[in-house]
Amino acid sequence: MHPIGTVHYLVLSVALLLIGTFGVLTRRNIVVILMSIELILNAANINLIAFSRAVDNVNGQVFAIFVIAVAVAEAAVGLGILIALFRNKETVLADEVDLLKW
Amino acid sequence: MLETAFFYLFALLTLGGGVLMITRRSAVHSAIWLIVSLMGVAGLYLLQQAEFLFAVQIILYVGGIMVLFLFVIMLVNLDQAAKERQFVKPWWVALAVLLAIGGEFAYILRTNTGAFRFAVPVEQPPPAGGNTEILADVLFSQYLLPFEIASLLLLVAVVGSVIMARKRA
Repeated sequence: MHPIGTVHYLVLSVALLLIGTFGVLTRRNIVVILMSIELILNAANINLIAFSRAVDNVNGQVFAIFVIAVAVAEAAVGLGILIALFRNKETVLADEVDLLKW
Repeated sequence: MLETAFFYLFALLTLGGGVLMITRRSAVHSAIWLIVSLMGVAGLYLLQQAEFLFAVQIILYVGGIMVLFLFVIMLVNLDQAAKERQFVKPWWVALAVLLAIGGEFAYILRTNTGAFRFAVPVEQPPPAGGNTEILADVLFSQYLLPFEIASLLLLVAVVGSVIMARKRA
């Protein structure tokens, strides 16, 4: 068995990114779409931490903190929009929100 | 050896939680599997000696964001949505595209593995203090301005989401 190196973390991060992207592209429920976005951001964070370890430099971890801060802001605003949407349209399915479509 | 075992354990938690999260019908189940996945990511941070981020991940994601998600799930009536089709019709198109992208990534990672082998850092005296101390040092000196901008972003997000979610008068 190989010792765990940076490439292992990169492969894991790619897999998590693809899972999250699949959720964003295919799920209809907006709540689950927002959760999938959290998965994608976590995949980016795994990358940042792995490279931070590999080059022995703490800057990557600082970036990860900023990514987490942005993820929190995104979740708060996204869920606020979701509540406003549900109040007006009575739906949480992304493909039923087509006010701008025609 | 132990590190290898733990890596695969946390990887399994992360990926298994992720897959189960996007396939569950109920949004509450999705949220719980997302917690499992994020816990796995936290374990990976610990393996990478990022102890501070491990704590932040648990406190912020599992303690903060997940509670926010569960609150919204309870505010919004999801019973109707759970009875409907969960995936968009052409989900196999997304699957095909993502498999292609995944194959591309696999090819790049396979052929360019050498690019990720970094020069061994010069023998330096071990930095004083633990991970949190070093991180705070860098964050509050080199990255002070981005830090303040991030706090401003959070303020705007808080005000924005309150305005968005409140009842129209």
